[in-house]
This record gives sequence, C-alpha cells and structure tokens, in this order.
Amino acid sequence: MPPTPEAIAEMIRHSIPDAQVNVQLFSGDNHFEMEVISAAFADKSRIAQHQMVYAALGDNMRQAIHALALKTATPADS
Amino acid sequence: MSDSVLEQIAQVVKENDIVLFMKGTPEFPQCGFSQRVSATLSSYNIPYAAVNVLLNEAVRQGIKDYANWPTIPQLYVKGEFVGGCDIISEMHENGELEELLAPLKKEA
Repeated sequence: MPPTPEAIAEMIRHSIPDAQVNVQLFSGDNHFEMEVISAAFADKSRIAQHQMVYAALGDNMRQAIHALALKTATPADS
Repeated sequence: MSDSVLEQIAQVVKENDIVLFMKGTPEFPQCGFSQRVSATLSSYNIPYAAVNVLLNEAVRQGIKDYANWPTIPQLYVKGEFVGGCDIISEMHENGELEELLAPLKKEA
C-alpha cells in the first residue's frame, strides 16, 4: 500500500524538521509530486538536496512510491 | 547485491562520456520520466549511450545503489552522476545542460 501524501509529508518533516512540504498525488495512488523547502538545503548541490529527501522516505522509494516528481529549494530561493 | 553488477555499471559509466540508464530505449521508452529525459538529450544532437534497465533486474536495482539514487532514469556525463528527470529538466530549461554537453559536441 502506498503511503498517503500526509504520511509522506510527515516522513520528510521527521528527518528535516524545518521542512515546508507540499505534496500531492498527480496520478493513481502512487505517483506523487512534491516540493520541499528547507534551510537545511543551503549550500548543498541539487543532487545532495534530493538525496536528503529520498533518504527521509527510505525503502518507500524502492517499493510503495512508484513516481515522485521532486523540487527542492531553500527559504531564500522561494 | 553482488559487487560485480556495481563494477559493470562503473565500467559502462567510465567508457561512455554520456550514458543514460532508462526504462526502455530512446526509440521506445517505457516510462514517462525516461521518455522525457531521452527526448531532452536527443534534442542536443550529441550521441549518447542508453542502457535499458528493464533488460536486467540486477542492473535495475544496482544502479540505485551505485549513485545512492532510488529512481530511474539516471544521467551520467564524464563519469559523474548528473541527476534524474527533475534535475535534468531543470538544467535543460536554465541552460546548464547545454553548458555541460557543449564540450562533448566538439569531440564527437
């Protein structure tokens, strides 16, 4: 069973406490799009920023979440 | 996960200046994200290698460990992991991808 958008947002906030998370389904029940804004992304490459988000989702990324369109930004960018 | 798969992947990444790990082929992509990235790359008219991960389950899983990146497609240029669909699309739109690929065009 894929997680709900709310559950995904909760996982992100658990490992990136200041994160502002905007997540919704865009197709079916396991294709998500998400924007994450956090000061923790400052001075990190885009790859590193996305890796932080993927790490927060753990094994969900391998199994339950079929697709995730992801945007990351810092509060200064947004 | 056997190390030999990671070694195989490392070899492919080393031997090809531009290599895209994708689902399907540039001619017949089998996933919307792979389709988008291969179409973007093809628009630069620079030859690139494409690996269809659907043909080999070990590679399909191994590539996720190789770059510590859980999704496919994945683009590598000159041995470096560049990103997946979201990052490539952003780099295409802001001109970074052209900058990255331009030097390879002259060599081709």
